[in-house]
Amino acid sequence: MSVAGTQSGWDSFATVAQTKRALEARQVSAEELARHYLARAEILNPTLNAFITLDPERTLAEARAADARRARGEDGEAAPLLGVPVAHKDIYLIEGWRTTCGSRMLANFVAPYTASVVESMTRAGMVTLGKLNMDEFAMGSSNETSYFGPVRNPFDLNRVPGGSSGGSAAAVAAGLAPATTGTDTGGSIRQPAMFCNLTGLKPTYGICSRYGIIAFASSLDQAGPFARTAEDCALLLNAMAGHDPRDATSLERPREDYTRRLEEPLAGLRIGLPREFFGEGVDSGVLAAVEGALEVYRALGATTVEISLPNVKYSVPAYYVVAPAEASSNLSRFDGVRYGHRAAEYDDLLDMYKRTRAEGFGAEVKRRILIGTYVLSHGYYDAYYLQAGKLRRLIAEDFKRAYAECDVVMGPTAPETAFAFGAKSDDPVKMYLNDIFTICANLTGQPALSHPCGVDAQGQAVGLQIIGNYLDEARMLAIAHRFQQATDWHMRRPALEPMRASMAGGAA
Amino acid sequence: MSAAGIPRGWEVVIGLETHVQLTTRSKIFSGASTAFGAAPNTQVAFVDAALPGTLPVMNRGAVERAIRFGLAIGANVRRRSIMARKNYFYPDLPKGYQISQYEAPIVEGGAITFTLADGTTKAVRLVRAHLEEDAGKSVHDLVPNVSGVDLNRAGTPLLEIVTEPCLASAEEAVAYARALHGLVRWLDICDGNLQEGSFRCDVNVSVRRAGEAKLGTRREIKNLNSFRFIEQAIAAEVRWQIAELEDGRPIVQATVLFDPASGETRAMRSKEEAMDYRYFPDPDLPPLVVTEAEVEAMRAALPELPEAKRLRYVTELGLPAYDAAQLVTDRAMAEYFEAVLAAGAEAKPAANWLLGEVAAALNCEEKSIEACPVTPAQLAGLLARISDGTISHKIGKTVFEALWQGEAASADAVIEARGLEQITDAGAIEKIVDEVLARSATQIADYRAGKEKALMSIVGQVMKASGGKANPQQVNEIIRRRLANGG
Repeated sequence: MSVAGTQSGWDSFATVAQTKRALEARQVSAEELARHYLARAEILNPTLNAFITLDPERTLAEARAADARRARGEDGEAAPLLGVPVAHKDIYLIEGWRTTCGSRMLANFVAPYTASVVESMTRAGMVTLGKLNMDEFAMGSSNETSYFGPVRNPFDLNRVPGGSSGGSAAAVAAGLAPATTGTDTGGSIRQPAMFCNLTGLKPTYGICSRYGIIAFASSLDQAGPFARTAEDCALLLNAMAGHDPRDATSLERPREDYTRRLEEPLAGLRIGLPREFFGEGVDSGVLAAVEGALEVYRALGATTVEISLPNVKYSVPAYYVVAPAEASSNLSRFDGVRYGHRAAEYDDLLDMYKRTRAEGFGAEVKRRILIGTYVLSHGYYDAYYLQAGKLRRLIAEDFKRAYAECDVVMGPTAPETAFAFGAKSDDPVKMYLNDIFTICANLTGQPALSHPCGVDAQGQAVGLQIIGNYLDEARMLAIAHRFQQATDWHMRRPALEPMRASMAGGAA
Repeated sequence: MSAAGIPRGWEVVIGLETHVQLTTRSKIFSGASTAFGAAPNTQVAFVDAALPGTLPVMNRGAVERAIRFGLAIGANVRRRSIMARKNYFYPDLPKGYQISQYEAPIVEGGAITFTLADGTTKAVRLVRAHLEEDAGKSVHDLVPNVSGVDLNRAGTPLLEIVTEPCLASAEEAVAYARALHGLVRWLDICDGNLQEGSFRCDVNVSVRRAGEAKLGTRREIKNLNSFRFIEQAIAAEVRWQIAELEDGRPIVQATVLFDPASGETRAMRSKEEAMDYRYFPDPDLPPLVVTEAEVEAMRAALPELPEAKRLRYVTELGLPAYDAAQLVTDRAMAEYFEAVLAAGAEAKPAANWLLGEVAAALNCEEKSIEACPVTPAQLAGLLARISDGTISHKIGKTVFEALWQGEAASADAVIEARGLEQITDAGAIEKIVDEVLARSATQIADYRAGKEKALMSIVGQVMKASGGKANPQQVNEIIRRRLANGG
């Protein structure tokens, strides 16, 4: 086994399930795993820029603590992922870790408390590898808006990894972590999962606590996992989900084992194919790969039925009212008064606000604050925000009608595959349209996932999106799992070896 | 000038917005303490400092207090109300928005009745009462040349209570404010502490020529935390507005501050600079849902309200309107009064003593009725001895003082120990009268010459000689009889 920087013999591309088994069988220790991934990151991260912050001492301390827990016999059901490394999008606060949200505004902000989801994953035994790059305040679809520079797509270093959770996707794709967390406000997990050939899940709104996750658009934000397989996502969701009294929008319901349905056969599954997801604007290579995947599903016993979601065409306009409106208000707290960036020089209070925010925020964030401030202004609120709320209800009704005819809805995750740096960064509307298929699930709060289903003519990964009814994650993960048992698209690895070799050679 | 101090030919229209701090121990969206007076920034949870990633969680205790208020004033309590964000930048507002209520407040409508000095009552209609969080405080004097922010108060739960513009004078505004103050304390939803800012009024004032239908342009006097300031500020504002209009200068809508030192109001900002708060429903907080069962349980648990008590005191107990209104300004006072009655006292003397001697003594020592050293039973015992003639009203005061000082356990014990029992033995009184008459030749002559006053002087001397214990009525009769008999 050729692994950059280690002699551990560990396969950097091992799944969470494999890692869990190896730890349980004591074939590898949490510390060995942590050292392995940290060493690999040391070599590959300067090129990929997936991590914003690595803190090997902290990581190794956590790993050793996990090994100690196992030695004490605390590796049962209470800590099902004991010792499994995970890296977190830099939007999750973790006590003692710098938490930047990809922004200059928080470039030196050290979190004084830990997000509920991270707390819960730590309880499950996971070891934090580091904090991952992202579009600034999660606003972007290419990871090009990060103050800490763009992340490269491990499958093609000239292409974007998707966004906003670009670092989260690139890290798993490059074998820098077996799994990562992301957040999804308009597709920020699913689209980068597609671009980096991963499985990524946005759960039902309210499944994962938002406490300790820096808010972008409160009514749309949802935490979720990135991994190589649907089975891994189920294992991770078990560790991430759960009611949290600190988040008033968190759903109060009993804990659920998201792996319990993984082995269910697909016979009888009714797949709805919205004609709106297969029309104009979708790249032919993407369409071909999705069609191929649907053939696999049919072969596995599923049936497909054409459905219509007439109001999903309003998703993008509705989203670009709601998300900026909420963001404009959520980002008001970054005012230089209590924490974060403050301008070095200013004349008075107003000047301090202006300079601090002008310096601290990047162009895309400013654009959205302006849009949001505008749509909430006196006299415009009814025409925009209220109207967008009505559209959200109409879109939800479309899906409700559809579920009379089908169990899940499928289509391409994004209309085109990973694009080159700069291809859309000058045209915000073009960039926004990349999220055309993912946004509706955020507007309605339904769960949705993306799994690899092929490649286009350039060899770029295509993702299939599965949108399900509320709280139907276990079934959706099972569907993707059965697909992954029948195919090996999700097993594709990027050709990083030449890059690594040249760099390792240069360093030696 | 009219009786209310308003120049003839003018009408004044006043509306109040009162911020009432609710009595929850923790803040409206966090577990931090609401206690007053702690060192700066020692009662600040991450939520209160608006750290990234924090989320508000509603304190149900604050919601219950708002509902109790709504039920007490006969308002509509919304079964589903909405928390909204009011967006503006200020250093004492950590999130850059205040969580408040805008389109669907928890309490709508209702009315509060108040009594004026002449005993007449008036009802004020309320527009709404909504829940919101308080802001922090800017601190300018802690560190030289540097302004700071103290977030201890940030997130303290408030109920903002808004009247219709229907008050016609400073006197009415103050009477309403006092009634509201009494009510929120009565309901135990606010400690009513004016100095600590638990009860703050914004007063909207406009004037118009008598008979005009259209309201004048209003100015809002901010943040008045004493009844005296409310009265002075309104008077100053009314004077100023009338003078402006009489000089032909139109009133510009504005927010003003009252300076107690100069007794004047001055503008902070005019309407042109008014902010657009960009209200929208807070996506972090689901709608506040209150079930029918919860509302009914709270309705059943409400105490008898001051207005109901006031009416009962007038109709059932026959108290004068003013006395009844005074007794219900404070729930503890009313409860004390009722305890005195329960111990056997009659209503009118009990009311007289409470509003007279007891109130004065409490005032003098700055005590609340809860801390009154004389118990209702002791007071009732004292009143019984006055009414059965054992002691005079005047000796009653002496007994009251003794009870206040804790000299004895009951009025009877004081009377006995000090020998204060009234002298009613005619023979004993006659003896004293004769002694006094023997050295009062001048007064007797004056009396016989028709000077009634001279008699009073003789009575006074007899009373004095008896150590105040002689029954004054008997004394009077005996002296008259003696003098009529020609001595």
